Amino acid sequence: MTATGEIKKSVLVSLWFMFLTFPIMVIRVNTVQDVVEWRWLNMAYIGIGTFFISMLWRYMIRRKEREGKKEKTDNLSFAQKIILDKKIFIPLVALTGLFIIVFPHMFSMYQTNIMISALIYVMLGLGLNIVIGLAGLLDLGYVAFFAVGAYSYALLNLHYGLVFWLALPLGGFLALIFGVILGYPVLRLRGDYLAIVTLGFGEIIRLVLENWNEFSFGPSGIPNIPKPPLFGVDLSLSGSIIYLYYIIVGLVIFTIFVINRLENSRIGRAWIALKDDEIACQAMGIDKARTKLRAFGLGAMWAGMAGVIFAAKTTFINPASFTIWESVIILCTVVLGGMGSITGVISGALLLILLPEYLRAFSEFRMIIFGAVLVLMMVFRPGGIINNVRKTYKFQKT
Amino acid sequence: MKPILEVKNMTMAFGGLKAIDSLDISIHQGEIAALIGPNGAGKTTFFNCITGIYKPTSGDIFICPHEKQERLNGLKPNIVTKKGLARTFQNIRLFSSMTVLENVMIGCHSITKAGVLGAIFKNAATKAEENFIVEKAYSILEKIGIEMYVDELATNLPYGAQRRLEIARAMATDPFLLLLDEPAAGMNPMETKSLDDLIIKLRDEENVSILLIEHDMKLVMSLSDNIHVVDYGKKIAEGTPEQIKSNPDVIKAYLGDESEDA
Repeated sequence: MTATGEIKKSVLVSLWFMFLTFPIMVIRVNTVQDVVEWRWLNMAYIGIGTFFISMLWRYMIRRKEREGKKEKTDNLSFAQKIILDKKIFIPLVALTGLFIIVFPHMFSMYQTNIMISALIYVMLGLGLNIVIGLAGLLDLGYVAFFAVGAYSYALLNLHYGLVFWLALPLGGFLALIFGVILGYPVLRLRGDYLAIVTLGFGEIIRLVLENWNEFSFGPSGIPNIPKPPLFGVDLSLSGSIIYLYYIIVGLVIFTIFVINRLENSRIGRAWIALKDDEIACQAMGIDKARTKLRAFGLGAMWAGMAGVIFAAKTTFINPASFTIWESVIILCTVVLGGMGSITGVISGALLLILLPEYLRAFSEFRMIIFGAVLVLMMVFRPGGIINNVRKTYKFQKT
Repeated sequence: MKPILEVKNMTMAFGGLKAIDSLDISIHQGEIAALIGPNGAGKTTFFNCITGIYKPTSGDIFICPHEKQERLNGLKPNIVTKKGLARTFQNIRLFSSMTVLENVMIGCHSITKAGVLGAIFKNAATKAEENFIVEKAYSILEKIGIEMYVDELATNLPYGAQRRLEIARAMATDPFLLLLDEPAAGMNPMETKSLDDLIIKLRDEENVSILLIEHDMKLVMSLSDNIHVVDYGKKIAEGTPEQIKSNPDVIKAYLGDESEDA
C-alpha cells in the first residue's frame, strides 16, 4: 500500500477514536461552579496518539504476515533456540538456580512473599498445563482442586493436628480423587461443553465451602493454619518465610521434573494424541476414558499440593481466595506462556503474577495493561511466549 | 479355514435411514480385498462399524486371527485395534503437533504398557520399552519409505507422505487386517503406482491382509484379489476384478440404468 493510503487510514482511525472518546475525555461538568469544561487539548493528544499507534499496529501485522509466509523449516523463535542450544542453556539454568537460591537473602521479606505466590502459580500453571496444554481439555474450574488442597490441610490440621509434611501428599491425593470424580461424568464432553461443566464444578466447590458452615466455617474461613515445621526448630517469621520459599522452590523443581518425564512418555504422547484427534487416537488403541481421567487426576494433584502450600503461606483461608477469577488467571498463564511448553508456562506465570505486583504504582491501570498484554499476545504470538518443541530421537542406522 | 473377518447380516440404521442394509462380507487370510461403490454407498460407515466407532444396529462381526473366532460387536475402538484391526482415514487424521516418528510411536500404544510411575521413575523396563518403540517406529518408517521425514512435524509433510504416514501408524499397531479408507485419494498417477507396490509389499512381507475402499478403479483392478461392490448399503456384487468388470448390476450402479433415462 502507498504511504498516502497508510496515512489516510491512520487519520480515519484517529478521527474515529477522537469521536468515541469525546464524551469522557473532552467534556467535563464542573459541579462546583456549574459550568461545562471543554478540554480540547485531550482530544489532540488522543488524535495524535491513536494515529501513531494505528501505524505501528498495521506495521506489526504486516510483519507477522510476512513471517508466516516464510519457509517453515526455520521457525524456531529466539527463546526456543536458547533452550535447544545446550552451550547457552546449561549456564543459563545454573545462573537462574544461583539467583533462586540467594534470592531470599538478597531481597526483603516482602519480595520473598511475592515470589512464593508467583511460584505457587507456576505450580498451578504447570498442573493445568497437563490438562489443557497436553491433553487439550479446557478446564475452567481448576481452582476447585486448589481449594481442595488448601482446605484439606486446614481442616485436617484443625481437627486432627495433621502436620504439613503429611498434608502435602494427602492434599495432592484428595485433589486427585476430586479430579477423577469430575473427570468421570465429563468423559464424553469436549471443548465448549467441557469448559462449561468444569466452570460449574469450580463454582459448586466454592459455594459449598461458602455455605456449609459446620464443615468449612463458611465465609469467615479458617485462621491460624500453622506454617511448615523444621524438625521442631522454632523459626522466626522471616525464617519461616524463607523456609517456605525453599519448600516451594523444591516442589516446583519436582513438578518440572515429573511433567518433563510425563510429556515424553507413553502417557504424555497419548495425551497429545487425544488433543490432536480424538477419533484417530482411539483408532490407535488408546483408551480415551483412561487417558482423560489420568490427565484430570494428575493435573488436579498439583493444584492440591499448591493449595496446601498456599494455606501454609497465608495461614488463613476462606472461599474468597478460590473464585472463578483465579481459574481465569491460571488459564491465562498457560495460554500466554505457551500451551504444552514447560518453560513457556513458567515464564507466563512469573510474568502475570510478578508484573501486577511491581506495577502497583499504576494500580488503576493494572487491569487495562493486563488486558492489553493478553490481546496483543494473542494477535501477534498466538502460540504463547515460548512454543513447545517436540523431542527428537537418535538412531543407529540399520 | 475360517475367514479372518466375517461380517454377517450387518445393518446400520441412522434413524429411518439404513446406511448399511444386511451386508455380508468375508475376508480371508493373505487377501487384498476392495470395497467399492458409488459415493454415499455406505463404505466408510462399514469401516466405522467394524472398528467400533459406530455400533451396528444388528448383525454380527467376527474375527479369526488365529484358530479362535471372536465377536467384535459393541467393542470400543481401542479394543478393536488391540485385537488386530487397524485403519486409516479418508480425511487424513494425523496428530499434527507431533513429529512423524511420534505419530508412529503412538501406534505402539496398545502393545506397550508403561504407566505413570514408569514414566516418572524411568526404570529399566520403561527405558527398554521406549527404545523398543523408537526402533520399531523407525523401522516401520523405513519400510513405508518416509524415514527422511522422521523429525518433521506431521502437519508439514507433503500430501502423499501424509497418506503414507497414516499407513505407517496403522502398521505400528501390529494388525492382521489393515483397513485402508481411500488411500490413493488426491494422489497423482506416480504416487498411486508406488502405493500399489507398497500395499503388495505389506501383504507379502508383513503378513497382513488388506481391505481397501478406493475410487481409483485402475488401482482396485490391478491390486485386488476379490472385490465387493455395495450400493445403498446393500451388496450388489462380489468377485474377481474380471467378474466385476462385466457384471451388469455394477455397471448399472455406476453409470445409471439405461431404461430410467429412456
